[in-house]
Amino acid sequence: MSVRYDQYRKIKSNFMCALSVSCAVLVVLPLVLVLAHLFRMGFSSLNWAFFTQSPKPVGEDGGGMANAIVGSIELMGLALLLGVPIGLLGGVYLSEYGSDKINSWIRFGADVLNGVPSIVWGMVAYALAVVPMKTFSAFSGGLALSFIMIPLVLRTTEEVLLLVPGAYREAGMALGIPRWKITVFIVLRTASKGLVTGVLLALGRIAGETAPLLFTAFGNRFWNHNLAQPIAALPLQIFSYAISPYDDWHRQAWAGALVLVLLVFALSAGVRIFSAGKKT
Amino acid sequence: MNTLSTTAKPPMSAQDKPGLDPVPPSHPAKIMPGAQAPAPVPVEQPEVAFDIRDLCIFYGTHMAVKNVTVQLHSKHVTSLIGPSGCGKTTFLRTLNRMHELTPGAHHTGSILMHGQDLYHADMDPTVVRRRVGMVFQKSNPFPTMTIAENVLVGLRLNGVRDKVFLARRLEESLKMAALWDEVKDVLHRPGTSLSGGQQQRLCIARAIANRPEILLMDEPCSALDPIATGKVEELIHELSNEYTIVIVTHNMQQAARVSDKTAFFYMGKLIEYGDTEQIFMKPKDAQTEAYVSGRFG
Amino acid sequence: MTAEAHPAGVGDLPKPSRWGNRLFEGLTLLAAITIGLLFLLVAFILISGSHLSIAKFGWHFLTTSTWDPVADQYGALPFIYGTIVSATIGLVIAVPLSIGTAVFLTDLAPLWLRQPLSSIIEMLAAVPSVIWGLWGVFVMVPWLRDNLFPFLKKYLGFLPLFTGPIYGVSMLAAGIIVAIMILPIVTSVSREILRSVPDLQREAAYGLGATRWEVTRIAVLSYARRGLMGAAVLGLGRALGETMAVTMVIGNRPEISKSLFAPGYTLASVIANEFTEATGQMYLQALFEIGLVLLGVTIVVNIAAILLIKTITNPGSRRT
Repeated sequence: MSVRYDQYRKIKSNFMCALSVSCAVLVVLPLVLVLAHLFRMGFSSLNWAFFTQSPKPVGEDGGGMANAIVGSIELMGLALLLGVPIGLLGGVYLSEYGSDKINSWIRFGADVLNGVPSIVWGMVAYALAVVPMKTFSAFSGGLALSFIMIPLVLRTTEEVLLLVPGAYREAGMALGIPRWKITVFIVLRTASKGLVTGVLLALGRIAGETAPLLFTAFGNRFWNHNLAQPIAALPLQIFSYAISPYDDWHRQAWAGALVLVLLVFALSAGVRIFSAGKKT
Repeated sequence: MNTLSTTAKPPMSAQDKPGLDPVPPSHPAKIMPGAQAPAPVPVEQPEVAFDIRDLCIFYGTHMAVKNVTVQLHSKHVTSLIGPSGCGKTTFLRTLNRMHELTPGAHHTGSILMHGQDLYHADMDPTVVRRRVGMVFQKSNPFPTMTIAENVLVGLRLNGVRDKVFLARRLEESLKMAALWDEVKDVLHRPGTSLSGGQQQRLCIARAIANRPEILLMDEPCSALDPIATGKVEELIHELSNEYTIVIVTHNMQQAARVSDKTAFFYMGKLIEYGDTEQIFMKPKDAQTEAYVSGRFG
Repeated sequence: MTAEAHPAGVGDLPKPSRWGNRLFEGLTLLAAITIGLLFLLVAFILISGSHLSIAKFGWHFLTTSTWDPVADQYGALPFIYGTIVSATIGLVIAVPLSIGTAVFLTDLAPLWLRQPLSSIIEMLAAVPSVIWGLWGVFVMVPWLRDNLFPFLKKYLGFLPLFTGPIYGVSMLAAGIIVAIMILPIVTSVSREILRSVPDLQREAAYGLGATRWEVTRIAVLSYARRGLMGAAVLGLGRALGETMAVTMVIGNRPEISKSLFAPGYTLASVIANEFTEATGQMYLQALFEIGLVLLGVTIVVNIAAILLIKTITNPGSRRT
């Protein structure tokens, strides 16, 4: 090989490396831009009224998104109620009981389900809950969100339970404890931190979901504590304000977006804290 | 290092074992008229904990243990010795129906425990495992439970609620495991906060809290330092007054120190079984002799 | 050390129930089967919710461009077009960037940088779609309208892609926002794939005197080719289903145009925008049919992605 060719190779290598650095920079850029904007535009609007009041009538300035924040929390609670037991028990099946063949099918199915667009789940919840009840409701919104949660929680539960050393199950068996009690009181207990992490991850995912709520929870400008009626949600409120023609509402949309992004980051930070504190 | 002669347990006779009634001979001597009745010979027949006939243990199609026939005696310590892979652990795990938990595991032959067929269709394996406890090679106290919770888990998770009973059992079991004095003030600490040797004694306490009839130990000291090992061996000695113990060990000196009877396994077969002193001093089989004199293993 | 005379341990303990285990196992099996049930459920709901529309329009639904709720005439072609084009643009932008970043993270970045950078990318993934849409419509779109688009029109206007009036909201804007949203997942999956390439491959190449880039190209990228394709296809799956951010920047006009500056409409967006206003039965059925098309497409794409990615986790996936 000539020296010239080697030099060319070196230059090319450096160039490609520089290129990959710039890729990384470009990837980080949007996050920096959006966070900067959120803080700049939204922070000033975060006042006491924002957190305690519901929206003012159209055309009036002021008001807040308190009902949307509370509504989002209620929706997440509903989704948890259905999504966590099913996802958890399903993950238990995969890790403690299932055969290799069934398990790989279920895992495959869960992975494919994870890729179904969330708006489709909204349509399913619409047909299952909104149509029979003849009204939009928090129940239907929670249902749609739980569809998203189930495959997520199932996969994370399975992964976490597989990490529990077999020695503990063996020790339980040797004490003559029935298998199901070993699973519930020993294995699940040992894995509890990881299980909570999985749930927090799933919550973080659904906290920001808008599409499935568009025609299930529907949104509500007023306070509503009746779960069988339409309910406000933070992402829904942000969306409807953003596409509205009013500047004041745009301002509030930014504030709401800031709150939402902080909520989502807090959930994933919670994940990190939990994982860090995990004992083997 | 203790030598064989000073610390090997003397063979037990009927008089030494408290609470054991000598088993009457099954065929009383017929007294012929006119003949002088033969002087009654005190027959030493200790109770049989495990009566094993023609046991063959399989992993799938591979036969790991071949045609073992032996009787293990109650309230004795029986050690199972032999080189790695000779089947002694597999054999041990069939005694508390743990072997069947491995996929593809099965066996032929019969195992009777105190006269009952261990593998009878009506025998619930869970109940068997409460009657036959096990201590594992690597101590495995449950990490999310306190010391007290660890000891009592076999009782609590099996439905025992009486707090007074549990507290008493806790203290007794820890005392029997020679751990009470060390942990009595810190029972609320996690089980895993103890040292290695203490954790193993905790596992022993956990196993005997169930008051099993028999205690199986699978190389319980192999992960422990000599001081901790010594404590556990002392423990085994004390426990043998109340419990039947079957212990798998790699360490011949340990077998010599703690056990009354020894079974030597090699390549899946039971080569020789007898009093510990006899196995080590006057082995009948050439292979046994080769192993105990350290020529292989 | 005394002990109470011990009766058989069984005497102390209540008998175990025979059905406890079976009940629990059955319960968990039921939960696991929910996965299969969800498939059946979603297919059933979408098909039964659109059967009238399917009956009326047949295959023409997929090839017609009319979307006229007043006349009850529905054709999904503009949405299919919009979905494919926006997703393609997103892929074209995101995949090279993601793979470049993945390469950077696995092989080239200094060790102290790797964890923080991964965390940033995770944070990127956590930002909800509606917030990207918000930023997209108020910040990105005006900037594109005033800066990038005129620039492209000026220098690349000879291409039909960059002709026509500039509104800001456009297919290209949607493509860019989709790209931003699929960057995290394509990057992290690519990274996993590159990480699974055995070091032995790299060492062999280094041992032969290859430069850093050559090691990456020869030992890592070619070995991982199929897996990286899988990562890209996974990104495609995400891109096809993106709803909120796209809805807010695409312009929502059901038209097919050659120009990327023109507004467009996607399958997910039309559902999002018009579902609550669909008063007529056929209207709603047509929207359900659109949902069915969307479901079918994303499922097929996702299955392809998973299969491609699985091959890299099985050894011996070296391509000839």
